[in-house]
Amino acid sequence: MKRRTVVLLRPVAALGSAVLDFIASFGRFGGFVINSVRAVGDVGTWLPGLFLQMRRLGVDSLPIAVFLAAFTGIVLALQASYTFTGAIPLYFVGTLVGKTMILELGPVLTGLALSGRVGANIAAQLGTMRVTEQIDALETMAYDPMAYLVVPRVIAGMIMFPLLVIFADAVGIIAGWITSINLLDMSSEEFFRGLKLFYQLFDIEFSLIKTFSFGFLVTIVGCFQGFTTEGGAEGVGISATRAVVIGSMLILVFDAFWAMVLLR
Amino acid sequence: MIELIDVHKSFGAKQVLRGLSLRVNEGETVSLVGFSGAGKSVTLKNIVGLIEPDSGRVIVDGRNVPDLSRDELYELRRNVGYVFQFAALFDSMTIAENVAMGLVKQGGYSKAAIDERVRESLARVELSGYEERLPSELSGGQQKRAGLARAIAFRPKYLLYDEPTSGLDPVTTTVIDRLIRKMRDELGVTSLVITHDMGSAYRISDRIAMLYEGRVLEEGTPEEIQRTENPIVRGFVDGEPELVEAGAEARESEMKEAATRKRRHR
Repeated sequence: MKRRTVVLLRPVAALGSAVLDFIASFGRFGGFVINSVRAVGDVGTWLPGLFLQMRRLGVDSLPIAVFLAAFTGIVLALQASYTFTGAIPLYFVGTLVGKTMILELGPVLTGLALSGRVGANIAAQLGTMRVTEQIDALETMAYDPMAYLVVPRVIAGMIMFPLLVIFADAVGIIAGWITSINLLDMSSEEFFRGLKLFYQLFDIEFSLIKTFSFGFLVTIVGCFQGFTTEGGAEGVGISATRAVVIGSMLILVFDAFWAMVLLR
Repeated sequence: MIELIDVHKSFGAKQVLRGLSLRVNEGETVSLVGFSGAGKSVTLKNIVGLIEPDSGRVIVDGRNVPDLSRDELYELRRNVGYVFQFAALFDSMTIAENVAMGLVKQGGYSKAAIDERVRESLARVELSGYEERLPSELSGGQQKRAGLARAIAFRPKYLLYDEPTSGLDPVTTTVIDRLIRKMRDELGVTSLVITHDMGSAYRISDRIAMLYEGRVLEEGTPEEIQRTENPIVRGFVDGEPELVEAGAEARESEMKEAATRKRRHR
C-alpha cells in the first residue's frame, strides 16, 4: 500500500520539483536583470565596449535583416495580389505590404532572426568565458562583469534592433514595390497611393517600441544564459540553444503583449 | 596576512570545506596540497570573494572578506593577484592588452606608464616580445606565464596561484616554480599556491598544508612534510593509494571510537 502511494506520488513530486526549479530560475533571472540595471551607473566600464557591440550586434546583422525583409516584401506583394484579385482594388497591395511590414513582419521576423544570430552568439561567447574562468578573472581585477560584459551588449541591442528594423521595413516595402510594378499589373502611383492610404506615424512608433523591447529581451536572455553556463563545451551548446528558444518565445509573447496594450 | 578560520562551504548536499583553518603570514609562500576535488580552488575563491563561505571567517589584510561591501571588495582585489589554472586570458585581446587590464581599471596610469609596466611584467616572466600575440598563439606554459604577468602587473601584495604547474612538462614546471620564488624574493609578495604536484610544493614553499575532508590534516615546512608519519599525507606525498586507504580507514574508526566515548561520557 505504502509502495503504491509512493509510486503514485512520483509524478506529483516531479511536477513540484519542476515548478520550484522554474520559480528559482525566474528569481535568478530577476536578480540578474536588477544587477545589470544597477551596473548601468558604471559608465566608465561599459562605454568603451558599446561601439564594438553596436557593430557586432547591429551592423554585422544587416545582411540577414535585409535578406529576410526583401523576400518577405516580394511574397507579401504577390500574396496580396492573389488574394485581392477581382474583389479589392489592386492598389491595396501597397497598403498591405506597408502595414504588414511595419506593424508585424519587419519587427517580428527581424527579431526572430536576431534571436538566432545575436542571442546564440552572446550566450556562446559569455558561456565560454564563464567555463574558462575569464569572468572570474575580470572579477579578480576589480571589474564588474555586469558592467563590462552585459550592459554594452544590452544597450547595443536596444539601440541597434530598432535601427535594423527601420532598415528592414524600408527594404521590404521597396521589394514589394519593385515586385508590384514588374510582376503585377500595377503602376508606382497605385502602389504608393495604397501605401499612404492608412499610414499613420503611430505605425512606426509601434514598430519601434516593439523592437526596442525585443532588443532588450534577446540580449539580456543571451547574457543570462551565458553567465549561468555550467560544464564545458556541452554546457555552452545548451546555453546557446536555450538563448535562441527562450528569446524567440519571448519575442512572440511580447509581440502579442504590445498588440494588446497598444492596438486596442 | 591571509587567515581562514573555521570555514565551511557546501554546494547542495556536498560539503566541500568543513572547518578549514589556515594562515599565510606576510611574505610567506604556502602551498595547499590535496586530492582532486578536495576544495583547494574553492578555498582560493573564498579568499577573493568569488565564493562566500557558509560560515567562518576569511581575513585578508585584517578585513573579513564576506563582510565587505561591493566597493570594499573591489578595493581589496586591487591588492590580490590571481593566477588561474588555465590562465583565463581574454582570448579576443593581445597579451599586452590582457596584462594591461588590471592597470587600466586601477586608473592613474598614463598610456606610457601602462606600456612600460606591461613590458616590465612580461620581461619578469620571460615573455618579452610577445606583446602583440593572441593567447591562442602561445603554448600552455607561455599562457600560464602570461597569466602570471597579468597578476603581477599591478604589483599586488598577495598572489594566489591555482594549479600553476598542472599539465606542464617538467622543464616548464621548473621555470614556473622559479618564477613563483622570484615573485617572493623580488617583489616580497605573500603567496598561497594550490597544487597537487609535490615536487613543485617542496621547491617553492615555506610551508605546506594538506587539505583533506574539508580541513587541514597536517601542515609544516617541506622537510617536516617529507618526514611525516601520517599515513594519509605519506600516501599522498609518495603516491601510494593503499597507504591513503589504510590511513582513511584508521581515521574513520578513530573518529567513531571518539564519538562513542563522548556519548558514554554524557
